[in-house]
Amino acid sequence: MTGASPVDDHRSSALGAPVGRRIVLGVLAAGAAGVLSGDAVSNALARVLGPLEARDPTGLLALFPLGDTFRFYSVTGSVPRRTAATYRLSVSGLVAQPAVYTVADLKALPQTTFVRDFHCVTGWRVPEVHWAGVQLSEVLDRAQPLASATAIRFRSFDGTYTENMTLEQARRPDVIVALQMLGKPVTHDHGGPVRMYAGSMYGYKSTKWLSGIELLDHAEPGYWETRGYPLNGIIQK
Amino acid sequence: MSVTPESAPPQATIARYTHAERIVHRLTAALMIVCILTAAVLYNGSLAIRIGHRRQIELVHVYAGFALPVPMLLGLAFAAYRDDVSRLNRFTRADWRWLRSRSRRDGSIPIGKFNAGQKLNANLTAGAILVLLGTGVIMYFPDLTRLAWRTGATFVHDWFALAIGLLVLGHIYFAMKDREARRGMRTGRVSRAWARNEHPEWVDELDSSR
Repeated sequence: MTGASPVDDHRSSALGAPVGRRIVLGVLAAGAAGVLSGDAVSNALARVLGPLEARDPTGLLALFPLGDTFRFYSVTGSVPRRTAATYRLSVSGLVAQPAVYTVADLKALPQTTFVRDFHCVTGWRVPEVHWAGVQLSEVLDRAQPLASATAIRFRSFDGTYTENMTLEQARRPDVIVALQMLGKPVTHDHGGPVRMYAGSMYGYKSTKWLSGIELLDHAEPGYWETRGYPLNGIIQK
Repeated sequence: MSVTPESAPPQATIARYTHAERIVHRLTAALMIVCILTAAVLYNGSLAIRIGHRRQIELVHVYAGFALPVPMLLGLAFAAYRDDVSRLNRFTRADWRWLRSRSRRDGSIPIGKFNAGQKLNANLTAGAILVLLGTGVIMYFPDLTRLAWRTGATFVHDWFALAIGLLVLGHIYFAMKDREARRGMRTGRVSRAWARNEHPEWVDELDSSR
């Protein structure tokens, strides 16, 4: 404020201008502008600097939050490592043909490949991720769900994580049992050797370290859904 | 030698921070460190996988973040704290000279209780804390806003976290270089000689108001 009372007039001019308040307000304005424009700005940054970052020999660019990097989620202390040789995926519950798949079994099924952004419900995203694997609908067709089956429960070999989808959502063409991600087999940190990926849903629907697909006659809330995230994870723009 | 009250030498140390101010500083520092350590686990991929327990780490981070401004707000109940906040708010002409000067430490530019660098740090940190709080709320309650704003909030939160990390590092760096400044925050008192050197205008102000 500029208006000072006559009594402390000389004192306030000696004290100086209230620049600190302006700095705080300026920082707040910058933050607000960033929230409104960050989606577009981080897209542009990722497009320009992403390719440089991938080829940056110093690795220094990776230290900056360009808005195109995965955050690695693990909800347990440590996740056992499974290789292509030791991995098993069980399909069970309300199905006529329960089955256990190895990585080789999954590779023998028709493969789907597409490029899609990865969206976390909290807002971070990774643009244009390359995905490959088996459509879940293919696995479901082979299992022959019973008429009473309406929902799916995914399990993880981390021993804790679970997720759910309606049977209808699970049959979307962009819902895959992913064997490849970013152009190579899914790494352990990304939930490999086999994980889910649901292109039109938030990341928490894409169970990492996938170990089981169980068909149920009711929706069973998953790990994050019992902790506040919506049961329906379809991305709403 | 007998000393009469009139000619009593000034005390060897002078009061710089009150008890309340030091408690606010300590609580804020503890919460900030908790935020930074948990942020490292949430953000860095190899730490995130090695330590895991995302939900618990996230809860500690979020609640430490919500609590971060609370000690500072409570500090406003104390007159000494309010007085220092208003000192940090005010930039004099000498402050601008100090910021531009290369020989700012030679004593030729008058410095009050806080120098311009301390003022800049305090205000940038306060602003950044508020931005991190706001963007954190947007990220933690996804129902509040649309996806594009959550992406924007994540982007801002990342960059401001980097910035506040640098501010905190700078703050610690300057504190490590100055033992007496640290004593001031630890005990509340500083030597008169140090104050005369680093904050001469403040010492004059104290002396003239005696």
